[in-house]
Amino acid sequence: MAQLAAVVGVGQTKYKTKRKDVSIAGLVREAAQNALDDAGLCWNDIDAVILGKAPDMFEGVIMPELYLTDALGCNGKPMLRVHTAGSVGGSTAIVAASYVQSGVFKRILTVSFEKQSESNAMWALSNPQPFSPHLNAGAGGYFAPIIREYVRRANAPTDAGIKVAVKDRLHGARNPLAHLQLGEITMQEVADSPMLWEPLRFLEACPSSDGACAMVIANEELAGQSPGKPAWIRGCAMRSEPTMYAGREQVSPQAGIDCAKDVYRQAGIHHPRKDFDCAEIYVPFSWYEPMWLENLGFADEGKGWELTMSGATSLDEGGDIPWNCSGGVLSSNPIGASGMIRFAEAAQQVRGLAGGHQVDGAKTALGHAYGGGAQFFSMWVVSADKH
Amino acid sequence: MSSSAEILSQAFTLGYTYTRTTGPVVGQFLTGLRSRKVLGIKGSDGKVLMPPVEYDPHTAEALSEFVDVADCGTVTTWAWVSQPRKAHPSDKPFAWALITLDGADTPMLHWVDAGEISAMKTGMRVKVRWAAQTKGLIGDINGFVPEDMDLTTELEENTSTEPVTGIDAPSYLTYNFTAGGATARYLAKLKQGKLVGQRCPSCSNVYIPPRGSCAACGVATTDEVELTDKATVESFTIVHIPIPNNPIKPPYVIANLVLDGANISFLHLLSECNNSDVRIGMRVQAVWKPAEEWGYAMENILYFKPLDEPDVPVDQIGKLAEGGR
Repeated sequence: MAQLAAVVGVGQTKYKTKRKDVSIAGLVREAAQNALDDAGLCWNDIDAVILGKAPDMFEGVIMPELYLTDALGCNGKPMLRVHTAGSVGGSTAIVAASYVQSGVFKRILTVSFEKQSESNAMWALSNPQPFSPHLNAGAGGYFAPIIREYVRRANAPTDAGIKVAVKDRLHGARNPLAHLQLGEITMQEVADSPMLWEPLRFLEACPSSDGACAMVIANEELAGQSPGKPAWIRGCAMRSEPTMYAGREQVSPQAGIDCAKDVYRQAGIHHPRKDFDCAEIYVPFSWYEPMWLENLGFADEGKGWELTMSGATSLDEGGDIPWNCSGGVLSSNPIGASGMIRFAEAAQQVRGLAGGHQVDGAKTALGHAYGGGAQFFSMWVVSADKH
Repeated sequence: MSSSAEILSQAFTLGYTYTRTTGPVVGQFLTGLRSRKVLGIKGSDGKVLMPPVEYDPHTAEALSEFVDVADCGTVTTWAWVSQPRKAHPSDKPFAWALITLDGADTPMLHWVDAGEISAMKTGMRVKVRWAAQTKGLIGDINGFVPEDMDLTTELEENTSTEPVTGIDAPSYLTYNFTAGGATARYLAKLKQGKLVGQRCPSCSNVYIPPRGSCAACGVATTDEVELTDKATVESFTIVHIPIPNNPIKPPYVIANLVLDGANISFLHLLSECNNSDVRIGMRVQAVWKPAEEWGYAMENILYFKPLDEPDVPVDQIGKLAEGGR
C-alpha cells in the first residue's frame, strides 16, 4: 500500500525571454531556494533531488544534471534525472512523488528547468535528419495538421483557437510570474497576428521562455509538520505510445485517455468537469484546449470547443471549470519546466496560494503534461484533503 | 525478403550556435582573465576554489568572496599527449595537467607546453602563458609553461570595461549515420524511382518509409510491397516561415500523404496548386526529378501535385488498396 505524499513547498522563477543575469545553475537554484523557503526548510532537510529537463539539444549541455549538484545541494545525496521530452516536468514530479509514496525517501526536492535563450528551441527540435528531407518546421508544423483534422472532425469554428489564446493570456495577466503579460489582448489582435502554420497564428502559439520550477514533496508525517498547507497527491499516472504507427489516433491519443482513466480511478474522480475545481493542462497551441477537454473527459467527443466558447474554462467569465488560471503554457514556456509548472500550479490552487489567479475555495485540481508527438502523458490529482 | 541491399552511411552533423549566460561568478572570473588576473573564490571552509564555483560543494551556500590568486603554481598530476588531435589546444605534443595556483586550494585543469615528456613532472612549477590578445574566455590562458621559461610574446591590453556576462558556445557533433537494413533497401529502390514499403505480418498494415518493424505490433516487417506514386492528403499545414538552409519560399504546403496501398502518412511538399485549394482527402501524385539526378533520397520526388480525381472520403484515407480506390 502506497504511503501518502504531499507537496509542501513550491518555488518558481519569473518567466521571461532571456534571464541574462543567471547561469543555468543560478536559474535552477532560484526556483529550488524558493521552494525550500516556502516549505520552511533548508538544504540538509532534503533526502534526494530529482531533476527534469527537455532534450540536451535545447541548451547544448550534455547531462546538465551533473554540473548542477552544487547548486542543488546534492553532495552526498542521491540525484537523478528524468527525461520524457515536453512532458518531463510532469513525469519528474511523479517520479519524485513515487519515491516518497514508496517510502524510499521521506522528503524530496524536485526541480525542472529550461533556459531556452541559450539556443533556439524551435530549430533545436527540427534539425535535419540523415536520409530524410528537411521538412519539419518546428513543433507548430508538426501539430498543425493534427489540429486541422480536429477542426474538421468537430466542425469547430476558427475562433475557438483564438478564444483560448485570449483567455489564457488574460489569466496570465493575473499571474506576476507569467512571461507574457497581455492584459489588453483581444480576439481581433489574435486573429490579425501573423499566420505561422495554418491554422495556427503567432498569438495562438506558446512563447520561448527561460525559467525553472521546483517542489518539495514530503511523506505524511513530515507534511503534517510543515508550516504551510500541503497539497495531498491523490493520484499519479503516466502513459506513452509510439510516435508513428499505422492507424494511430493522433487527435485524441489513446495514451492520454488511458492515463486520465488511471489517475481518475486513483483519486475517485467520476465526472472531471464536476469533480475538479480547476485544471492546469499542457496547452502549447491554442487548439489543444478543446482537444484535451475531450481527451480528458471534460467534454464529449467533438464538443470540447463548445465548452471553450461557452466560457466554462475562463476564470474571467466565471466558468465552472477554469483551465490554466496561471496563464498556462501559452503564457510561459520554459519547456522542461512547463509540465512541472502545471503540476505545481494545481498544487498552489488547492493550497489556496495561487494569489491573483486563485479559484475560490479550490479543493481538487488536475495537473497534466504531454510531450513528444503527443505521445508521453503524465498527470496528477492534488487535493486539499488527504482522502 | 529481397536480397540485402548495400550498406548506406552518411555523415550527419548535429549542432547549434549556442550562447551561454555566465552568471555573476563565472562572469567575474572571465572578466578577470580578460585583464590577465586570476580569481578564486572562498568556500565555506575558508579554502580557495579555483576556478571559482557559484555554490559551495559542501554546504550548497551561494559563494561571493573572490580572492586573487597567482598566475603561477604547481603541477599536481599530468598526462602526456604524444599525438595531438584536431580539437586539442596544441598541434605539438603537450601535457594535460592539474595545476594548483599559488593562493588556491584546488587544482584547475589546463595544458602545459613543456616541449617534451621528459620536461614534465609532478610537483614542477609552471606559470600562465597569457594570450597576446584576451577576450574574456578560458583560452586567455594560452596554456602553462615551465616557470623558468622566458616569454617574449607582446601582450596587448584589453580596455573593455563591460563585465563579461555571456560567451558563445557553439557545439557541433558529427556522426557517421548508418541506415539500417529496411531503410537501405527502401533508399536503394528509391534510387531506381520505385516506392517500396513493408507489410506488417501481424496487422497487415503497410509502412512507407519502412523502419523494419511495426510500432503497433512490435514485430519485424520484411514483406516488401511496391506502391504507386499516387497518394491522398491525410492532413496538411500551410507554413508561413522559412526552414533554415532550405531554399523553399513561404508560404508552402507540407502535407501528410498516404500512398495508395500504404497505411501510414509521411510528410512531403505539395505544389502546382493554389494553397487555398488544398484539402483533406485530395488526390495527388509525385513529381520526380529527372532520372539521372536520382539518389538515395526522398528528394528524388520534388513535390506532389494534385490529380484530377474525386476526393477520397475521410474514412477511407489510409485504407486505399494498391492501385487506388
